Amino acid sequence: MNELMGIALPPLPAVLGQMTLGLVNGSFYALLSLGLAVIFGLLRVVNFAHGAFYMLGAFAAALALEHLGINYWLALLLAPLAVGALGVVLERLLLRHLYGLDPLYGLLLTFGISLVAEGALLQHFGSSGQTYPVPDALQGAVNLGYMIIPLYRLWVIAASLVVCLVTWFLIERTRLGATLRAATENARLVQAFGINVPLLVSATYGAGVALAALAGVLSAPVIQVSPLMGSSLVIVVFAVVVIGGMGSILGSVVSGLGLGMIEGLTKVIYPQASSIVVFLIMALVLIWRPTGLFGKS
Amino acid sequence: MRIRTILGLLGLCLCLASRAAAATDEVVIGDIDDLSGVYADVIGPNGIEAIKMAVEDFGGKVLGKKVTLLTADHQNKPDIGASKFREWADQSSLNLLLGGSNTGVSLAMAKVAGSKKIPFIAIGAAGASLTNADCTPYTVHYAYDTTSLAHGTASTMVKSGGKTWFFLTADYAFGTQLQDGATKVIEAGGGKVLGSVRVPLGASDFSSFLLQAQASGAQVLGLANAGNDTTNSIKAANEFGIAKTMKPAALLGFISDVHSLGLKTAQGLILTTAWYWDLNDETRAFSKRFFAKTKREPTMLQAAYYSATTTYLNVVKTVGSTDPDKVMAELKRIRINDMFTKGGHIRADGLMAHDMYVVQVKKPEESKYPWDYYKVLRQVPADEAFGSTSTCSLLKK
Amino acid sequence: MRAATLFYLVLGAVALALPLLGVYPVFVMKLLCFALFACAFNLLLGFSGMLSFGHAAYLGSAAYVTGWLMATQGWGTLPGVLAGAVAAAGLGLVVGLLAIRRQGIYFAMITMALAQLIYFVCVQAPFTGGENGLQGVPRGEVLGLTLNGDIALYYFVLACCAGSFLFIRRVVHSPFGQVLKAIRENEPRAISLGYDVERYKLLVFVLSAALAGLAGSLKCLVLGFATLTDVQQAMSGEVILMTLLGGVGTFFGPALGAGIVITLQEYLSDRVGPWVTVILGAIFILCVLAFRRGIVGELQALQARRQARALSPGANAARDE
Repeated sequence: MNELMGIALPPLPAVLGQMTLGLVNGSFYALLSLGLAVIFGLLRVVNFAHGAFYMLGAFAAALALEHLGINYWLALLLAPLAVGALGVVLERLLLRHLYGLDPLYGLLLTFGISLVAEGALLQHFGSSGQTYPVPDALQGAVNLGYMIIPLYRLWVIAASLVVCLVTWFLIERTRLGATLRAATENARLVQAFGINVPLLVSATYGAGVALAALAGVLSAPVIQVSPLMGSSLVIVVFAVVVIGGMGSILGSVVSGLGLGMIEGLTKVIYPQASSIVVFLIMALVLIWRPTGLFGKS
Repeated sequence: MRIRTILGLLGLCLCLASRAAAATDEVVIGDIDDLSGVYADVIGPNGIEAIKMAVEDFGGKVLGKKVTLLTADHQNKPDIGASKFREWADQSSLNLLLGGSNTGVSLAMAKVAGSKKIPFIAIGAAGASLTNADCTPYTVHYAYDTTSLAHGTASTMVKSGGKTWFFLTADYAFGTQLQDGATKVIEAGGGKVLGSVRVPLGASDFSSFLLQAQASGAQVLGLANAGNDTTNSIKAANEFGIAKTMKPAALLGFISDVHSLGLKTAQGLILTTAWYWDLNDETRAFSKRFFAKTKREPTMLQAAYYSATTTYLNVVKTVGSTDPDKVMAELKRIRINDMFTKGGHIRADGLMAHDMYVVQVKKPEESKYPWDYYKVLRQVPADEAFGSTSTCSLLKK
Repeated sequence: MRAATLFYLVLGAVALALPLLGVYPVFVMKLLCFALFACAFNLLLGFSGMLSFGHAAYLGSAAYVTGWLMATQGWGTLPGVLAGAVAAAGLGLVVGLLAIRRQGIYFAMITMALAQLIYFVCVQAPFTGGENGLQGVPRGEVLGLTLNGDIALYYFVLACCAGSFLFIRRVVHSPFGQVLKAIRENEPRAISLGYDVERYKLLVFVLSAALAGLAGSLKCLVLGFATLTDVQQAMSGEVILMTLLGGVGTFFGPALGAGIVITLQEYLSDRVGPWVTVILGAIFILCVLAFRRGIVGELQALQARRQARALSPGANAARDE
């Protein structure tokens, strides 16, 4: 029998199936940790409110559908824009005052923001949340040979991979990205070249937050849209970022996807541990490589 | 300067802690509940509305005394629940406490009820230990407990041919208690549990667990979880087409869950409920009033709040006093006949035994009007639903 | 210095007389426990510059250990409380060994993630009772004196908290504390001076965890139960708020902050109901933006400014800048 250390190993198709599903969750991790990495890279702020913005993205989509009749595809564009704009406003009003101080204050401020956002929405919409339907074009399922997977889940993987690639391309291969990276290294010098660094900073925060909101919209048809959907997710994503190496674009994407798959495997081998496996891996990585898999010391 | 400021603050704390005691010419009912967290939808602020409705029915008075209602949000922290209860008991001459929703908080408050000798009607907490290992002479457990929830769904499914089961179980005390309870019923009915997966708290993606369930080949998908765990598992079951090959059966489900899921997703789901707004004319009449205030149909727990308050006030009227021992004796003597239950009674261990209902969520095309969600499959008699075994020490006398 | 001594004497006298004034003993004891918790946390953040975002883990697990030993294993009060603190210290040692490998925000994120791991273990472990909590913990007796009465327990808790507070003061003012301060101000310099920085950091982390654990054990004793509330991430956030509000790096600040936060939570629970979380979040934002020194810190700064002004009236304008 397929036994290993007393744990029954599942048959191969089941393993492949679970890994595919893990890839779906990994896509969300990747998108979220990518946004965190982008924000951290330029602002040196660990955005604790990332989970709250993810939730706001999902809520924006659900409310837009319910009250304005805005469909999924439009919401995919509009919700991140709206949440991104909110992010820019918050950066200008609040975060701006903390630059130059210990980065811990940024973490604490965004923690406060997430408390306010989640508390207020909980108060208004209640905890059971809302259901968002799968868009008509993505209804149905595909037979992959080893499993039948809903089309929508495949779309999530594809969409997030494309977004991650585009973000990577923007930052690593374009002039805008070069400016951004230069500003990370030496903001004053870049400013001296006539580039509006404060604007760049606001836009970056907005963009990072918009990525979280995009993940929120993508997840809306898969899980219940509720005010607390992002509160525990953000801690997992923090662990993902520590594993990948903070500030590394590639690291956050690869470790996001990888950890999703490992978590998927844990769900079938020893389901009780699936909520802690990411944290355990984080501990191991810290012993072996304190700067993370892709991090520079 | 600094010292004065701090002493001032200390003084302020002192003032807060020793507010004037309330006058004794009123009957004080307290409600300590989750008003903002995960349970807020099933009880929460609308539960307070239900208590207010009951008080209104008595014209706001009993025995010629004004009925005062105190409310507090325990924020799901047992220490806040317990200390608020203690504070009200000492300083506001509290006569009855309602509330709970969270089992941990309810157990902590039950301890206070026992020591302060104030009747406490726990509603919404599922933990059966409230009337077993942790029972007190002043605790009443209304609405449901894990035993009755597990029994209703399991016995009905087994009788209608659902012999093989696979459980999706929340991996903490509540979930395992539900699963154990249901397993006993299933095996007694000749059924078999083919497997189960213990899902850690906080998982939002249930698809992997559902694939395992599907692979087991069981007929019934038992959901031994609650709240967002239940709604997320139903959502994923629907997305993966599992509802076509297995019958999803929730051990605990609220109408607010079904409302938020929508009939398209929730259709066919079987669940146990203590009450349904559309059972008969009496329930509909209550719900109409409730809806006018809250724009939602009441959950079984909100109805239980109304029923518990009414029952208490009626008993106070009959006894002619708010003396806790007399009230408790009368509460345990009478039969409760109102829109919530017919012939319900509070047992010696404090459990309010009453008929439960096993319902199935309608298909969208069967639903004729807003909130027309359930068809009743079976009315489970009180003794069958709640069982008769209790380890409560009050029974040993 | 003399003013401070006077202040603590007054405070001590008030604390001793409190039960006679008819104040709610259980509430004050809870306050004391949280004050100790916040002071333990401040030892790490304020005096060593390390932000742990997972201190609830030590508070909560110590409460569970004490509760379990006393409720089911028949342990006495002192060994039970001590075992709780020791367990928290052990947990702190493991987490500390991992977390001190990184600094600043990384340290914060790692402690948070590991605390989340501990939380999940507590949810699932059979002896914690899951969301029912561990109920019915007896108070027991100390040196033959029963603690069942609130007053007796009050003095026991007061003694433990006051002792720990003095201990923290002693640690901060010791040579060890001076090295911690040096590490906080400039870690590379401390390393180049030849200090084994990692060992110092680990030791203070374990100390902080042990004291947080003591607070948790006492809280379990006071309330008679240990529940998931104490291990939850929200609690880790609350202790940061307490410390920040009172004043990071001040001695009395965290205790005051704890008093305010706990009183607010209790006071607001039957007034604003659902808005408690939002209000706490708003206070958080306000603290970070407007007064990062906290209440006591701001008062101290004010006093320092006044003294400076009194000394050199001519330098007013320059100092106020």
